[in-house]
Amino acid sequence: MKNRSQTVAFLGLCTALALILAYVELLIQPLIPSIPGIKMGLPNIIIIFLLYRRGAASAAGVSLLRVLLVSMLFGNAMALIYSLAGGALSLLVMLLLRRLNWLSPVGVSVAGGVAHNVGQILTAMLLLETAELGYYLVVLTVTGIIAGVLVGLCGSLLVKHVPSKLRF
Amino acid sequence: MKERNGISKVHLRNDVVMIILLLVLAGAGALYLFAFRGSGDTVNVTVDGELYGVYALSEPRVEEIRTGEDGSRLNRLVIRDGKAYVESASCPDGICAAHRPVFRRGESIVCLPHRVVITVVTEQRADSPDIVA
Ligand SMILES: [Zn+2]
Repeated sequence: MKNRSQTVAFLGLCTALALILAYVELLIQPLIPSIPGIKMGLPNIIIIFLLYRRGAASAAGVSLLRVLLVSMLFGNAMALIYSLAGGALSLLVMLLLRRLNWLSPVGVSVAGGVAHNVGQILTAMLLLETAELGYYLVVLTVTGIIAGVLVGLCGSLLVKHVPSKLRF
Repeated sequence: MKERNGISKVHLRNDVVMIILLLVLAGAGALYLFAFRGSGDTVNVTVDGELYGVYALSEPRVEEIRTGEDGSRLNRLVIRDGKAYVESASCPDGICAAHRPVFRRGESIVCLPHRVVITVVTEQRADSPDIVA
């Protein structure tokens, strides 16, 4: 990390990309028939990329910024709580799995996606004091796996094909 | 370690193992939720698909569900000990009266001849989750 301003610029770019992906996800949401809470998790493409190219700190930083900014731009306070819980658990799981190096980026992405959903639902169960949401947990685990595979494949492509010159 | 498309075979195998484990967990969860459905707190009675009445499982009562043109079709709904059952009915098959008491969410007693459906539900919460991001 020789050039500090280069690093800042690069991470800023990644944050912006994550935000755009979150926005795209919001736009295509009505096109896909779904139950509330089902999300592709497109911004996770960037997080996976950073996790493999830059390391834990960058991934964590951009992930946190992304959650805060997305909630401020498109959500509300309640959404922020769910997002933070989901994002934090997802990040934790992905950092751990990355370090253990058991899985491919696709596997890490799947685990992260499922963890995101689990974090959100558990938070909702606690806040609403209802076990009703257990059904969501089952459905969102399956959809989380599918979305995680797609996101992971995109992330892998970036990890592989983005010129390594960009690795400041 | 042989690499193809930057993904090693060991990693790929572990990916698959993890995904299968997650699916098994989800399946077990679904089974568990189905087998151990929680108790409901309310019974909805519909006749011909239209809501006839809503009764709390916590309040013991006897409700005579009278249907048909002249109200001659009778299903006597009894709520006792947090369970609901049809004590007696004037329907020809008597299946509804033979049904065991219901109390779990989603359980129902149906009287086909009278087109009466008694379903256990949990009263709707207003604060349903709104998960955005
Ligand atoms: Zn009957």
